[in-house]
Amino acid sequence: MTKSSFTRRGLLKTGAIAGAGLALPTIFTSRANAYMNEPKGGTVTLGFNVPQTGPYADEGADELKAFQLAVKHLNGEGDGGMLNTFSSKALTGNGVLGKKVAYVTGDTQTKSDAARASAKSMIEKDGAVMISGGSSSGVAVAVQGLCQEAGVIFMAGLTHSNDTTGKDKKANGFRHFFDAYMSAAALAPVLSNQYGKDRKFYMLTADYTWGWTQAASMKEFMEGEGWNMVADVKTPLASTDFSSYLTPVLNSGADVLILNHYGGNMVNSLTQAVQFGMRDKQVNGKQFEVVVPLISELMAKGAGKNIEGILGSSNWNWKLQDEGTKAFVKSYGTEYGVPPSQAAQTCYVQTLLYADACERAGSFDPCAVVPALEGYEFDGLGNGKTLYRADDHQCFKDVLVVQGNDKAQNEYDLLNVFETTPVEKVMYEPDNPFFAGGDLGQCNSGA
Amino acid sequence: MDAIFLQTLNGLDKGSAYALIALGLTLIFGTLGVVNFAHGALFMIGAFCAVTMQRLLNLSFVTIDETQKDFLGNPLKVETPYVESWFGPDMGAAIINWSVPLAIFLAIPVMLIVGFVMERGLIKHFYKRPHADQILVTFGLAIVLQELVKANYGANPIPTPAPAAFSGSIDIGAALGFDPNVIIYPAWRMAYFVFSIIIIGAVFSFLQFTTFGMVVRAGMSDRETVGLLGININRRFTIMFAIAAVVAGLAGVMYAPINSPDYHMGMNFLVLSFVVVVVGGMGSLPGAVLAGFLLGVLESLASMNEVKNILPGIDQIIIYLVAIIVLLTRPRGLLGKKGVMED
Repeated sequence: MTKSSFTRRGLLKTGAIAGAGLALPTIFTSRANAYMNEPKGGTVTLGFNVPQTGPYADEGADELKAFQLAVKHLNGEGDGGMLNTFSSKALTGNGVLGKKVAYVTGDTQTKSDAARASAKSMIEKDGAVMISGGSSSGVAVAVQGLCQEAGVIFMAGLTHSNDTTGKDKKANGFRHFFDAYMSAAALAPVLSNQYGKDRKFYMLTADYTWGWTQAASMKEFMEGEGWNMVADVKTPLASTDFSSYLTPVLNSGADVLILNHYGGNMVNSLTQAVQFGMRDKQVNGKQFEVVVPLISELMAKGAGKNIEGILGSSNWNWKLQDEGTKAFVKSYGTEYGVPPSQAAQTCYVQTLLYADACERAGSFDPCAVVPALEGYEFDGLGNGKTLYRADDHQCFKDVLVVQGNDKAQNEYDLLNVFETTPVEKVMYEPDNPFFAGGDLGQCNSGA
Repeated sequence: MDAIFLQTLNGLDKGSAYALIALGLTLIFGTLGVVNFAHGALFMIGAFCAVTMQRLLNLSFVTIDETQKDFLGNPLKVETPYVESWFGPDMGAAIINWSVPLAIFLAIPVMLIVGFVMERGLIKHFYKRPHADQILVTFGLAIVLQELVKANYGANPIPTPAPAAFSGSIDIGAALGFDPNVIIYPAWRMAYFVFSIIIIGAVFSFLQFTTFGMVVRAGMSDRETVGLLGININRRFTIMFAIAAVVAGLAGVMYAPINSPDYHMGMNFLVLSFVVVVVGGMGSLPGAVLAGFLLGVLESLASMNEVKNILPGIDQIIIYLVAIIVLLTRPRGLLGKKGVMED
């Protein structure tokens, strides 16, 4: 028999020391600040955490440009962009709450651990009072958790997994981008209209949180339309040659291929599917079709001609004709010479929404900002009337069904808006099984 | 049955890339005794020669067309490639369309220079050092090359399409008497397989039927004796290094339309190619080719849904599993010779 080295006294002693140790930093900070990183001087610092290296670096570069433009506009430089069309008039181009906006940037490398480390450094060393950015749901979920613990606000950038505002939702985290469920809800009626009710579909799915929720949502909605799933095959995120995953599709009896892939993965899988003749094929007496549920302009650019005619969904498109979009495209286009992507739009809007919430709350305190954003309705930021729902901190707005453009007017004219699905059609209850299991918890101001 | 046939084809084509890279690795190892972890980077540089060629041919001058508007409503800037203005629109477009095969003419000199500089500038200083040092320095070099490419070309994959004539697929089933529309294979992948067979054939004939090749083979089996005969074997080995670089580079050029090149593509192939070399037998050129095709086909067959339903995840590990079995039963690999890497 082994003798346990635990004693009651020892345990109490360690417990007391550990407790004091844990309490110590908060005692000091709470004396100095009312909340985490309360801005003291004439500036307030925001932290922009985007992939600057790794496979999503180009996406990240676009997000960063949008953040920089937003900061300019907040500080009253440039033409003001969407500040002129935003339904709230709290922001006047005089910084936020009279403080000039400064920012620091971090590199997520599209890896959760690197993203957490850079967010941590921006919070602890640079005094960032808000973190934004993303472009992978794995990263967004990890950084959101960190911000909740640290007591700063997280304004998610491009993240499309249901889990970000589903089972992994946090009180300090907010998402403007749409999610996999909304994509599927918007796409399903369009697909069954275009391709018929009697279809058999095969899915290739990126093997991580976003891919899983995307595949589950597509299956739910397409089966609701009367389609039958042949198989859902998970592919490793690092996979670059999909040929061995594509060849089984050819003889599976499926007549639709749904690619739950993103970024470089999607560019490769779609290109290869086209090489295998899948878009010229007849199966079960019908034209074989390929569907990409989440399409971005950057991916369309990567896929080139192969994207033509392909249906998918987007959060936003620069060709929309509302005043907000026009103002944003004009100011982004003048600054950088290219139209903004949907990732740029969501990051720009998130920065404005955060600044506006601080202004309306009269404080940078996360526990004042959270109620200012919860249940907030706004307009003029490119997506029409939008609601930040209090129950899960998810934005609800119209969803775009887009199609690869086969009559491009110029090199940016890659996607057409096929249909705008009104928000009522993609709305769901907070306790929807696809989003169940999480809890927002309490706001944390880090004090 | 047709599914197996299709996967075999697929494996042959994947195996082509493995075989070409492994062939170069074995050449370098057999001649110089260096374990070259930068070989995947050479493959990647080859693919970027295709990208560069495409960009060179697409270099354009800008004219402003007042009748059309761009996305901001300003007059549209129309870009016309120089090639089209020199050779006429039709001929110019055809040249641009064939940019990937044309890139071979760019890749050969580029890879010869890269190979020569790499060997003379860095690797020759590591001949007498342990294999661990060689692996570290070449691995470091691979990372440097990757980052250079990333800094110049960005991190996202760059689409490099095959000529339009090869962009579709061939109905092989119909040609061989099966039902039509069942066994369809992309034309460019078929071309890649044929191309790799030609390159492999060329390397073997070069070693077998030229005096230079004979000296190199003699040097591979007994370096000292060849040196004693008054032959400068080191210079020949430098040239072999450059040739191995060209083989990897050409494999990369032709691979570009199959998978849009990105800076990281070499690493994906490198590890597998080392397994191929080990399974084939260190230092054995036929072994490298045989193992390349064998492992390519096995990997492809293992990724069939019927197989994966019985053994989930088998497609990810099959190559390593085979490597373990081969090494346990035939420690020198399939065609390995006695005495290689055993001193």
